[in-house]
Amino acid sequence: MATINKSLVKNEMPVQPADVRNRNFSEVALGYTKDQAIDEARRCLNCKHKPCIEGCPVNVNIPDFIAEVANGNFETAYQIINKTNSLPAICGRVCPQEKQCEAKCVRGIKGEPVGIGRLERFVADWHIANSTTEPEIPKSNGHKVAIVGSGPAGLTCAGDLAKLGYEVTIFEAFHLAGGVLVYGIPEFRLPKHIVQKEIDGLKKLNVKIETNMVIGKILSIDELFDEYEFKAVFIGSGAGLPMFMNIPGENFKGVYSANEFLTRINLMKAYKSDSDTPIHCGAKVAVVGGGNVAMDAARCAKRLGADVTIVYRRSEAELPARLEEIEHAKEEGINFNLLTNPIEIIGTEDGWVKELVCLKMKLSEPDASGRARPVPIEGSEHKLSVDCVIMSIGTTPNPLIKNTTEGLATEKWGGIITDEDGLTSRKGVYAGGDAVTGAATVILAMEAGKKAAKAIDDYIKSK
Amino acid sequence: MYKIIKKEILNPAVTKMVIDAPLIAKKAEPGQFIMLRVDENGERIPLTIADYDREKGNVTIIFQIVGATTEKLNRLNEGDNLHDFVGPLGKKTETEGLKKVAVVGGGVGCAIAFPVAKKLHDEGVEVHSIIGFRNKDLIFLEKEFAEISDKIFVMTDDGSNGSKGLVTDALKELLDSGEKYDEVITIGPLVMMKFVSLLTKKYNVKTVVSMNPVMVDGTGMCGGCRVKVGNETKFACVDGPDFDGHQVDFDEAIARTQMYQQFERKAHEDTCNLYKMEVK
Repeated sequence: MATINKSLVKNEMPVQPADVRNRNFSEVALGYTKDQAIDEARRCLNCKHKPCIEGCPVNVNIPDFIAEVANGNFETAYQIINKTNSLPAICGRVCPQEKQCEAKCVRGIKGEPVGIGRLERFVADWHIANSTTEPEIPKSNGHKVAIVGSGPAGLTCAGDLAKLGYEVTIFEAFHLAGGVLVYGIPEFRLPKHIVQKEIDGLKKLNVKIETNMVIGKILSIDELFDEYEFKAVFIGSGAGLPMFMNIPGENFKGVYSANEFLTRINLMKAYKSDSDTPIHCGAKVAVVGGGNVAMDAARCAKRLGADVTIVYRRSEAELPARLEEIEHAKEEGINFNLLTNPIEIIGTEDGWVKELVCLKMKLSEPDASGRARPVPIEGSEHKLSVDCVIMSIGTTPNPLIKNTTEGLATEKWGGIITDEDGLTSRKGVYAGGDAVTGAATVILAMEAGKKAAKAIDDYIKSK
Repeated sequence: MYKIIKKEILNPAVTKMVIDAPLIAKKAEPGQFIMLRVDENGERIPLTIADYDREKGNVTIIFQIVGATTEKLNRLNEGDNLHDFVGPLGKKTETEGLKKVAVVGGGVGCAIAFPVAKKLHDEGVEVHSIIGFRNKDLIFLEKEFAEISDKIFVMTDDGSNGSKGLVTDALKELLDSGEKYDEVITIGPLVMMKFVSLLTKKYNVKTVVSMNPVMVDGTGMCGGCRVKVGNETKFACVDGPDFDGHQVDFDEAIARTQMYQQFERKAHEDTCNLYKMEVK
């Protein structure tokens, strides 16, 4: 057993210099070297009560995998993670570790917690680069399961079911599988070849992926059962419907939903010269919102050469984005106008965005969300001169399936209603991820996909 | 891959293609649209379904060459494949309960108006068709419209076919002569639909327009296709593409479609120049 590294701080993550990376779309964080990973792994105390595992929505056996890293057994470490997490290269990059596993780490009481996310990423990347072991192809049990949507919930559910021998088909509406991982999260935070690797891994397990299939339109949920003989359906269609503020001027040219802006860039590669998809990113961009999506949009706009300002109605402490994304955004030169809320967009004569009218806010008593409620300060109206506004204030579940599936109970705001295991009001129909909860994180969607896979297995076996 | 089974040049700027897409053909209804990509780095563009054959499993699109993507699309031939072809998207045109309808098409919009008119005719509705073009060389689908219409008027801006005037002139004449329609369905350029709607509002005739805004996904995700209807923001891809013409904010819609005009023009020129080089 290696000696414990008593350092109070994490091994720093090597990153591209801020003034270089804010002009390219290559990955920001470069990942640990072998030595850094081993050194960081040696900070783990291997506590008996393993609180970090509780903090992980998919219960990765964290201390065990870290112990293997400390001993240089990277492939073994990967296998430990992979038992419960089928997308570690993705989770290691996009999970909000500071609110999950790392929040519970005993080393975090005095000093910084172990860099669990960074280690997970290292292990997954090492596996991708070095492993030659092919996954064992499970023997088919003859039962077909359909998955709607190829985002993190769908991919996880598909992987778990395929490993149990189910014949799984994923239906994806876009031309490329990956859902939010490919259209939403930018290349510089999650390289698309990493997502592709994970998807290729599923294909090796005989998971079929049918792209360009908008379920609810081209095939109904009923047809999947009746004509295509699927025994169960999992809906992981995500929360893709963008919300707008409903303030005057929101339909001027140059106002985007973060979804549209990010889709043009990430999925359609609008930043590349050989892409046919245009994007209008002005010289001065305001991004409204403070979540990960807002940070992503802001950092993309910066990379397209704009002067970018985040406009958020609460204070820094309430920013919902991952700490690392906020820090990276700041380093890259994104301005933060906090405690500021837009009330109107003013346009030019020919209908382009010209100014964003805002009010300064102050924080008051906590609201239903438990966060301090922002209240406008009287007489604080002011204008920001901008030529592009990106609305990143949230999304609601995509309405297509709800609108075309009879007997599928949904919440008023669009979320599909399920029980704890993901069962909907329709027999054999399960759902999970953002389609159920509204916009959340990759890892929570994966947790839902996992639970549903287990419930689907129980359901089909009990028939 | 989605094979082009048939290609037909309808006029110098408008092409018809029949695409092999059995699953879409099975579900397609007049008024719905598809999204396509020509090649791997291509843009996703929406095109309304002009016809479909459920037995043969194909879907017809008719498009006007306006930008780089339609230019590229037009360069493909029978036997070539489209990279992506997704649909049917959007809501179908509602025809239930209608007895007498005026269908007003403009330019390439006639291609989209035709399946709607045909469906109405097949359901026993009295159909008066007014189709408009810039000049007689651009006229297409005249024969097809004539076969299914109880009355037909072919208008040209310059009168080169004999009937000079706008579609609104013909519609106004019909309304003035006492024709009573349950509904006017109009599909064409935004400006035309705007003026048809303004006209029918005076006569208090319900009017349905088909919007074709900028779109990226076509499934309610990007919000790029938002259209102000009444005072509400609607997404054309999931709430439409048909809307009440008297409620649509056309001026805003017209402005929004111009968002990429400059980009489009440049891309179009670039592709054309590239094309010329290839030809050499």
